[in-house]
Amino acid sequence: MVDIAVVDYGMGNLRSVQQAVRKVAPGANIIVTGEPDVIASAARVVFPGQGAAPDCMREIRARHLDRVIAGVVSEGKPFLGICMGLQVLFEHSEEGDTPCLGMFQGPVKRFASGLHDAQGNKLKVPHMGWNQVHHGDHPLWRGIDQDARFYFVHSYHVQPGDAGLVQATSDYPQPFVCAAARDNLFAVQFHPEKSAAAGLKLLQNFINWNPL
Amino acid sequence: MLAKRIIPCLDVTAGRVVKGVSFVELRDAGDPVEIAKRYDDQGADELTFLDITASSDDRSIIFHIIEKVAEQVFIPLTVGGGVREVQDVRNLLNAGADKVSINTSAVVNPQLVADASARYGSQCIVVAIDAKQVAPGKWEVFTHGGRKATGLDAVEWAKKMQTLGAGEILLTSMDQDGQKKGFDLALTRAVTDALEIPVIASGGVGNLQHLADGVKIGGADAVLAASIFHFGEYTVQQAKEYMAKQGIEVRL
Repeated sequence: MVDIAVVDYGMGNLRSVQQAVRKVAPGANIIVTGEPDVIASAARVVFPGQGAAPDCMREIRARHLDRVIAGVVSEGKPFLGICMGLQVLFEHSEEGDTPCLGMFQGPVKRFASGLHDAQGNKLKVPHMGWNQVHHGDHPLWRGIDQDARFYFVHSYHVQPGDAGLVQATSDYPQPFVCAAARDNLFAVQFHPEKSAAAGLKLLQNFINWNPL
Repeated sequence: MLAKRIIPCLDVTAGRVVKGVSFVELRDAGDPVEIAKRYDDQGADELTFLDITASSDDRSIIFHIIEKVAEQVFIPLTVGGGVREVQDVRNLLNAGADKVSINTSAVVNPQLVADASARYGSQCIVVAIDAKQVAPGKWEVFTHGGRKATGLDAVEWAKKMQTLGAGEILLTSMDQDGQKKGFDLALTRAVTDALEIPVIASGGVGNLQHLADGVKIGGADAVLAASIFHFGEYTVQQAKEYMAKQGIEVRL
């Protein structure tokens, strides 16, 4: 019985995700895998991702993970997307003009260049570092302070077409959506596995989450 | 808003954290895993490990250290030193590093930066630049731990690394390193203004005002320091509180 599958589609390093999940679920059977059957058999699925959107989508399709993900989601199993694992759930990414999975309505856009902060310093892209997250009352935020800081590293951000999907925003310098959810699907732009206590709390909430 | 990052740096050799003055005269600072945990407890935003082992025989030690740290510390870990090929990047990521820092090998083989970032993403490729002032407003890139001049202009080199796919620049002033007189602020400002990617200022921190100056005057996105933290002069928490009082956004 696989308790938690961490989906491996060859896009970067999943060891950090695995370590952090193990930390909050020490007794659980956690498997890092790209095998569709194993993912489909898991009780919960974590879907991380790094790298560029075209490469991610190519690998997801080549490994038939698009169908597996759709199956997991339709069965009502808890599903957590991280970073690229948020972006590819949307319809289309500006990065490489890439059609994505289309589970959430809306595009993925690049941060504008030439932005400055209040002190007149250039705002760099990628947006890299610890930013404050303004969140709603979804069960995954339980016990996490309002405006807690999480670790981000990304150049693109999602723009949900449906405001009902939005579970959190952050500012750079304008507000952008950094968490989206519907039913058993929850996805974040930041890296909970690298966000110290707040990140571990969110992962723990995911492990304990029983969506209806 | 996004916080400015404070990054303690651990120079590691033979399984110990050490600190030198201008790249020489090493002094023992303790066990890397214990030190990493201490800085995490103090609120460090990331940790950087530089493997300064001279011979390649002892390379396996750093992998063991990173594995141990990654089991216990859930903040970004950068590892550098001796990275020569894409396989080295892969091995460090597999050991638990989140980012890999490339220095000398980027000069010897710039394609390594392009290949590694194409394979693993820019977010995990840091290019480390050791720079030395050669004229007013002019800095040259040095390699091999600061021993070898390259003839490359530091600002132009940083721009080239950005173009090839670096996600971040770790910029060390060799003139200031270990001197405890503060960052080379003109160098930091010149590089950060020329780039779209984040710049980590490094080399020369002796007190907390130096960290604040790196951000406020140098324009750095992150500040790196070693000895002020290693030898107990200041905690990371004290550094953040000090910077916050000066109006700098930090993660407290």
